[in-house]
Amino acid sequence: MKLQNITLISYGYFEESFLNSIAEAVHYELLSSVFIREGHLDLSEFYDPIRRQYNGNRLLKEVDSLSASDSTKTIGLFNVDLFIPILTYIFGQAFLNGRTGIASRYRFSNERYGIDPDDRFILERFKKEVIHELGHTFGLIHCHNPTCVMRSSTYVEDIDQKSAYLCSRCRDEISKLNDN
Amino acid sequence: MTRKLSILIVDDEESVRDSLYNWFIEDGYRVECAENANRALSILESDNFDIILADIKMPGMDGLEMLRRIKLLKTESIVIVMTAFATVDTAVQALKDGAFDYVTKPFDPDDLSHLIRNASKQIILTEENETLRKKVISLENIEDLIGNSEAMKKVLKEIESVAQSNSSVVITGESGTGKELVARAIHSNSPRRFFPLVSVHCGALTESLLESELFGHEKGAFTGAMYNRKGRFEMADNGTIFLDEIATISTKMQIDLLRVLETKKFIRVGGNKEISSDFRVICATNKDLKGMVEKGLFREDLFYRLNVVNIFIPPLRERIEDIPLLVDYFIRKYCTSMNRAPVPIDSSALKRLEDFSFPGNVRELENMIERAIVVGNGRRITLKDLPLERTIVNNSIESLDDLEKAHILQILNKYGWNISRAAKALKVDRVTLYNKISKYGLKPKE
Repeated sequence: MKLQNITLISYGYFEESFLNSIAEAVHYELLSSVFIREGHLDLSEFYDPIRRQYNGNRLLKEVDSLSASDSTKTIGLFNVDLFIPILTYIFGQAFLNGRTGIASRYRFSNERYGIDPDDRFILERFKKEVIHELGHTFGLIHCHNPTCVMRSSTYVEDIDQKSAYLCSRCRDEISKLNDN
Repeated sequence: MTRKLSILIVDDEESVRDSLYNWFIEDGYRVECAENANRALSILESDNFDIILADIKMPGMDGLEMLRRIKLLKTESIVIVMTAFATVDTAVQALKDGAFDYVTKPFDPDDLSHLIRNASKQIILTEENETLRKKVISLENIEDLIGNSEAMKKVLKEIESVAQSNSSVVITGESGTGKELVARAIHSNSPRRFFPLVSVHCGALTESLLESELFGHEKGAFTGAMYNRKGRFEMADNGTIFLDEIATISTKMQIDLLRVLETKKFIRVGGNKEISSDFRVICATNKDLKGMVEKGLFREDLFYRLNVVNIFIPPLRERIEDIPLLVDYFIRKYCTSMNRAPVPIDSSALKRLEDFSFPGNVRELENMIERAIVVGNGRRITLKDLPLERTIVNNSIESLDDLEKAHILQILNKYGWNISRAAKALKVDRVTLYNKISKYGLKPKE
């Protein structure tokens, strides 16, 4: 399985080692070349003062319009609290079978849930979220396998329970979908 | 659940529609969106959805009114209402009107997943319940077909061979022989058995009622048509439609029926939209359809379209060897339903039953046994418990000649076509009996 190149664009401050770890995990899981670059956006335009969150739908469209390359899958990485109009929050989202997704690490720190801080959790959760959204861009839908990275996760506990890997069924599916 | 569930999202806000659309698409659902209630109702006229997620506050028709209309149109869909202005009153009203649940916008992702999971469970349970119910019915139907005679074995063999095909079937036989049971047996053994068997008693309905019954009607199509209503053809989608007493339908209905059978498409009364339905047709009649075609009373093209396979159920008097089996079956059936131990039947009573002509066929025998169990002493069925002495008039006999013919045939059969004994029983001389046999064209059964 050799998939399209992937670009991770950071919007906001991310440690270099953190980004490299994410890129490495994505590379090993999706067998693609992964590039990292910095992006610049005036996030205040996407801020909803009533909800005090950032509009995920509009950010996704913006990232998609800025990364106009048909041959590359792009994931925008954020540090802000994302929402979509119907939901109180999201960890990330992507265009199914499209070329763009977004993910935020805002809700991945233990402190938000009254647990002792541990940066390893943030990294692990964010890896899974980025691979999950990339899976959607390659055409994968949510998987019922409890350990598959494509399992739907609405809480961080759900993310912790699943692995950072595709199950064999999703792996076969992604090969089939992208062989054509 | 193996099939893909479908969701219709109804909300006037584009961002809400898009968000939900993306969310559900990622979950693998089939999703469609409508920007207002009218558009949603229009989509629902041509498509079915398992779950409808609808906003309450919308310009024009609001969500509650739409919910009421959806419930009239598609009662099987699960409706979940969403509102940004949750009040107890609106929520209670929505639930009273048949909503499955309601949620306040915006909601937690987990609440949404939970809601859809619950709705899916409900859909799975409903479908399983329906399937199991049909299975139980189908098993009963097979058990109801009792008979060890050659004639009944032939019928059972015909049912078995025709069930797997998709061909139209005409079941003929006298009243009370069990034509509907045969139709049920065909359906229960066919690949369509998990879908409905829809029965229509054509003889019981006037032409206009039958038309509305078969094709359905739109609201306002005629006085009293207060709601849209599905027709029997639509209900029989993927299943079987059983048209009983097909010979009674009018010439106009014959034309309409022929068109539907050829195209499998029809339009509801008062409607303008063509509806497709994949159904199999089984008809029944106690009339001679071929004879009616020759007399111009039944369309020839329709006859050939329906009569791809013909199954004839012999009258009970022509398979008297089945009577003891049937008697035993009905005794067990009614004693069980009345919580009693099965009662034996006197040999003299059984002998009289075997000698009886049963103009009302198996139905008449069943009623006799039921009555005997109800009015009898509860220990055994005797001759006096059976209403054999009273004259039972066959409804299909109208003229005196027919009555005479039937009576002579019954006596001849009773005495094994021994002319002298039959003539003695009829209190006529042998020559007169020979003349009557010749006049009515009577022949001994083979």
